[in-house]
Amino acid sequence: MAVNGKPDRGLVEMNAEECKGCGLCVEACPPKVLHLAEALNHYGYHPAVYAGVGCTGCGICFFVCPEPGGIRVFRLDAVAAA
Amino acid sequence: MASYTVIHEKAEAFYDTFERKAELQGQTHYCPGCGHGIVSKLLAQAIDELGVQDRTVLINPVGCSVFGYYYFDVGNVQVAHGRAPAAATAVKRSRPESIVIAYQGDGDLAAIGTAEIIHAANRGEPITVIFVNNGIYGMTGGQMAPTTPLGKKTATSPLGRDALNEGYPLHVCEMLNSLEAPVYIERVSLGNSKQIMHAAKAIKRAVENQVKGLGFSFVEVLSPCPTIWKMQPVEAKRFVQDEMAAIFGVSNLRDRSKEAQPRPAAAAAPALEDLPRLLDLVNGSGVEGAAAHPPQELDMRIKVAGFGGQGVLMLGEVLAEAGLEAGYEVSWLPSYGPEMRSGTSNCHVRLAHHAIDSPLVSRPNVLLALNEPSLRKFLPVVEEGGIVLYNGSEIPEDCVRSDVRMVALPFTQLADEVGATKVGNIVMLGALLEATGMLEQDRVVAALKRLVHPRFFELDLAALARGRQEFRGSAADDYLWGV
Repeated sequence: MAVNGKPDRGLVEMNAEECKGCGLCVEACPPKVLHLAEALNHYGYHPAVYAGVGCTGCGICFFVCPEPGGIRVFRLDAVAAA
Repeated sequence: MASYTVIHEKAEAFYDTFERKAELQGQTHYCPGCGHGIVSKLLAQAIDELGVQDRTVLINPVGCSVFGYYYFDVGNVQVAHGRAPAAATAVKRSRPESIVIAYQGDGDLAAIGTAEIIHAANRGEPITVIFVNNGIYGMTGGQMAPTTPLGKKTATSPLGRDALNEGYPLHVCEMLNSLEAPVYIERVSLGNSKQIMHAAKAIKRAVENQVKGLGFSFVEVLSPCPTIWKMQPVEAKRFVQDEMAAIFGVSNLRDRSKEAQPRPAAAAAPALEDLPRLLDLVNGSGVEGAAAHPPQELDMRIKVAGFGGQGVLMLGEVLAEAGLEAGYEVSWLPSYGPEMRSGTSNCHVRLAHHAIDSPLVSRPNVLLALNEPSLRKFLPVVEEGGIVLYNGSEIPEDCVRSDVRMVALPFTQLADEVGATKVGNIVMLGALLEATGMLEQDRVVAALKRLVHPRFFELDLAALARGRQEFRGSAADDYLWGV
């Protein structure tokens, strides 16, 4: 979630059970932080998973994903001046 | 500690759970990588952003996207194949405040529904149509669609689509763009992320136009069908970007959303109780002064036949109308070709003191033959003891039947003498009334008054009288045959 102490600008939550493993998000992700899992979900697909670091919160994976609830995208809140 | 806020998640316009299946109720039924899922998301997002979920009505088509009503938490109608624009028209006109969105595939919109989409667009119906074009019939297993690219092998073009045999891919946006009324026409694509983001804007604009009350808005979305195209999802997406977009230009063809004026609501339909007056029907039911009960027992099965223009149907109509006035049960069934003049024409008329089982007269007891071919055609089916009036100076020799009562009179010439060829049918009616006494004179006069133009009314009365007079003077063996 953080590299060199600096938090990622974004975060994605992949719904592994709804995913049909089409791979469109993996291909479209600009920072290439998504991949298809080795393991199968209970439907029998290799679901897309997030590597855990590097998300920019651009939201492109959300728009290319054909499933309504397949992906949730978060963006880092502006930090109040510490 | 860094904190994060959700910026994209499942749209409110979708149901939380999709109850079509017992399990996996978060998933759609679409194949992996299907463009429909993406278009649905873009549409749901537009509905959310415009805040119109509570008044949106989605018109679901036949095809892969038939199940929209399982996913969209809006008003839903599922309609017959291709008819979405017609149904959308009905919903929009009866509920003008609703946001009506027809969602159709290319088999639905561009094949069986071609007429509906063109006419809805031409009327400028203030609806939104989302047209998902993947160039194939997906749900039914990959048959050729009008939008299938040339050379593509499909289940119904196994040698590849050939322009000489199957025609060229149909460009729906360009066709609609030749019409005056549409406000917004755009073709977008799901070929890459940038195109998808642009498609989101176009779909939102098309819905927004309706929210603003503007006219017809249409978005075609070039969309992948990985399963039927037999491609991996990413490969199918590239095919959309490279091949589909080369055939169907991705561009805005028309955007009049800035200058278009909000369309005034359609005029309200007239109240039901006003219809009889608008249609000029006396009292709205039945005939003024009609008798409550038939004056005598009667079962007339009349065939009137001639060529179009002789007043065949009119003669039947006067009979039926007069019968109605006299209190009989009546039916009048015209049967004619597409020609307005000179084709063969006949009608079946029944007048009876009892309920009529069928308006068809296949065994007439009266034949009114206005020309020779009609006499030859229908004489054989006239019932024994029936009456035949023939428009001619004599019955052709080979048409004489001794078991029916036949009278030939030159009705056309008699009409000429009365003043107009066109009243030959009424001269014949006069002869029939004289021969049978089936209807009282004043009933017939009242019917004529209602049915004919006032300009011809006096002429018709003269024709009627002439027919009666000629029949009395004819060689009929037994005057007042009775029935």
